[in-house]
Amino acid sequence: MNFSHILNSKKTAISLILGVFLTFCACKTFAIQHGEHATEEKNAETEAFNPTTAILEHIGDSHYWHVVGETSIPLPVILFTDKGTEYFSSSVFHHGTEAHKGQFYTYKLVEDKIKAVDANGEVDKEASSHVYDFSITKNVLAMWIAGTLILVIFMSVASSYKKREGKAPKGLQSLVEPIIMFVRDEIARPNIGRRYQRYMPILLTIFFFIWMNNLLGLVPLFPGGANVTGNIMFTFVMSAIVMLVVNFSANKYYWKHIFLPDVPVWLYPIMIPVELIGVISRPFALMIRLYANISAGHIIVLSLISLIFIFKSIAVAPVSIVFVLFMDVLELLVAFLQAFIFTMLTALFIGTAVEEHH
Amino acid sequence: MEQLFEGLLNDHLGFVVWAAVAFILLLILLGKFAWKPIMQAITDRERSIEDALLKAEAAKEEMARLTDENEALLKKARIERDLILHEARKVKEQMIHDARDLAQKEGARMLEIAKIEINNQKAIALADVKNQVASLSLEIAEKVLRKQFEDQAKQDDLVADLLKEVKLK
Repeated sequence: MNFSHILNSKKTAISLILGVFLTFCACKTFAIQHGEHATEEKNAETEAFNPTTAILEHIGDSHYWHVVGETSIPLPVILFTDKGTEYFSSSVFHHGTEAHKGQFYTYKLVEDKIKAVDANGEVDKEASSHVYDFSITKNVLAMWIAGTLILVIFMSVASSYKKREGKAPKGLQSLVEPIIMFVRDEIARPNIGRRYQRYMPILLTIFFFIWMNNLLGLVPLFPGGANVTGNIMFTFVMSAIVMLVVNFSANKYYWKHIFLPDVPVWLYPIMIPVELIGVISRPFALMIRLYANISAGHIIVLSLISLIFIFKSIAVAPVSIVFVLFMDVLELLVAFLQAFIFTMLTALFIGTAVEEHH
Repeated sequence: MEQLFEGLLNDHLGFVVWAAVAFILLLILLGKFAWKPIMQAITDRERSIEDALLKAEAAKEEMARLTDENEALLKKARIERDLILHEARKVKEQMIHDARDLAQKEGARMLEIAKIEINNQKAIALADVKNQVASLSLEIAEKVLRKQFEDQAKQDDLVADLLKEVKLK
């Protein structure tokens, strides 16, 4: 019951946001098809509802956090430039409509990216290349919220372990313990083997961090709804850490397998590059897999909602809702599955790196 | 291609750094304050459960051993009891036997003494009877002689006989 309520709220929230679009937009595709005629229509204060931009906007990162309708929370902007560091709130951009004259440059929000502009309001590429955006964006904040949530949950669980030493788990503890045991017995132990205990902290952290971000991404209301794990930069960071961990824990057998494989020497020019590519491609696959799966889920849900606005008919809504409900349930599974697969493959890679050959 | 990567670092380096910081911080904090105590507690509990199971098994074996021992003790006790009873019976029989023997001997001895006494008494009695018979016979003989010697002729005959017998040498 609770669950469908959340889904309905998501629907409501997204509908409201998209409703705003609809108010200001007309059908862009229509505009393209009908050329000049459409331009006139566009001038008549209606702009196209373009599902592609709407969806990409929703799954992308932002300097604002949409709460509901036109209400959005401005987030802090931190810029490292060649002349110094700047701090200000993203509210100064007025959703990209206005430029902001900072201490060192004048900035403008172009497609939700901060660019330095010249006096005429044109993007100054040369100046922009000196501006590094370290803002606390929506995804950064969402990621920190997920991290804080995990910290709170597991520290309280840890304290209850201390309080109830040697006793059966209770409450949150009994909810979390089977999952920890699952990570240990199904992921770490079979893949890494004897020395699995050293890697338990990183595996558990990866698993719960990805899972929590996936789940929060499915929540349509304010603290959730960000597409953190569907952000390729995030998955890049995760897989880069995995790559470092795997290669730094690798033993001599692993390196021998790469540089002195058991093949005829004349095959070395082929084998060594292939093995070296393998070192990179495995974390690369991790990165793409998580990013694509989560983004795809968000895109499908948003597309189904967009149907209502494409057809401009409330009659489509029930169909959309049913499909979105189905997709969200599926996404719940995917959220777990992707966290599991990411952790599982991490454990597998670590396992091959620390494997002892007798 | 160049355009694709243009501004990539400018726009995304910050996010990458924040994400890395967030993850590493989370890893350190969780590793220190959550995973370590949790894993420790779980391992400890598992070990204690295993220990408890092993101990239960050992206790069961000990129990079985004790039962066996008790059984053996009981068996031994029973045998001992039987032995003691048997001994007691033997002693009893011996005692009865001895008592009977003793009684028989004593009886025989007393019988012997009684016999001797009887014989003595008999002898005394017989002697007494003999004396009485002798004195009676003497009295009778005296009385007979006196009767016989009242007649003179007879006295003379007797003298004659006696003299005949004597005959002069």
